[in-house]
Amino acid sequence: MTELLAPLGGLLLIAGSAFLLLGGLGLRRMPDVFNRIQAGTKATTLGTLLTLAGAACLQPDWALKLALIGLFVLFTNPISSQVLARAAHRSGSEKSPLTAVDRLEDDFGGRS
Amino acid sequence: MNKAKDSLLMFAALFLFWLLLNASLANDVLMVGAVAAAVITFLFRNGLGFFSELRLNPRALLTTVLYFFFFIKELVKANLNLASVVLAPSLPLNPGIVKVRTRLKSRMGRLMLANSITLTPGTLTVEMLGEWLYIHWVTVDSADIDEATAAIVSGFEDYLEVMYG
Repeated sequence: MTELLAPLGGLLLIAGSAFLLLGGLGLRRMPDVFNRIQAGTKATTLGTLLTLAGAACLQPDWALKLALIGLFVLFTNPISSQVLARAAHRSGSEKSPLTAVDRLEDDFGGRS
Repeated sequence: MNKAKDSLLMFAALFLFWLLLNASLANDVLMVGAVAAAVITFLFRNGLGFFSELRLNPRALLTTVLYFFFFIKELVKANLNLASVVLAPSLPLNPGIVKVRTRLKSRMGRLMLANSITLTPGTLTVEMLGEWLYIHWVTVDSADIDEATAAIVSGFEDYLEVMYG
């Protein structure tokens, strides 16, 4: 059992790092602040959870604490992203020319 | 009397969290934890906790478990979806902010809905006003309120409606 945990932990760490890398690439490639927040939020959440799971496999004693950290990330990450996005929209951050529709702008003229 | 129950649950959850983090039952650890949990509970007595407004019946608890698995599935899907967008040389985007409506009534239900939307495929909650949510969508399939609601909100809403109402 224990000899299986180490390779599994390694795989999870690699997968987590891959998603974090994709998140970084997304931050670089996405055209405007909203799309960047999207890339940043999702990839870092799953990347962090996988990394924590990998660490839990390598150090089973820490599993409970790591699970708590994961729970904390799950609750705080979306809230901070939402507040950032709202602040960006209220302050009139430039949107990508690709933007097809903006109902929030339509309803409140950028001042909600 | 609901408020007293909420405060008690919040105190219990915070205290448990502290005990799990410390992994110790020494007297000083217990005392510091109790004081800290009490102060936080007092400061946020009008705030929301995970348990406030959660319905405590077997069906709601079962739904909470099912919701967790549904959420994990959506989170993985969101990441694969994002990976395919970011790695594609053409960067296939069609972003926009759409308006959707929720039939959830409770504050906590709406909060969980907004958070879930933010963490799942290509959607990010930007603003929330009453029953209306403004969602940034990386690939807008439809700007129509009903169609966008069906695509973004309905999956989570079915679970959250049972959990929180």
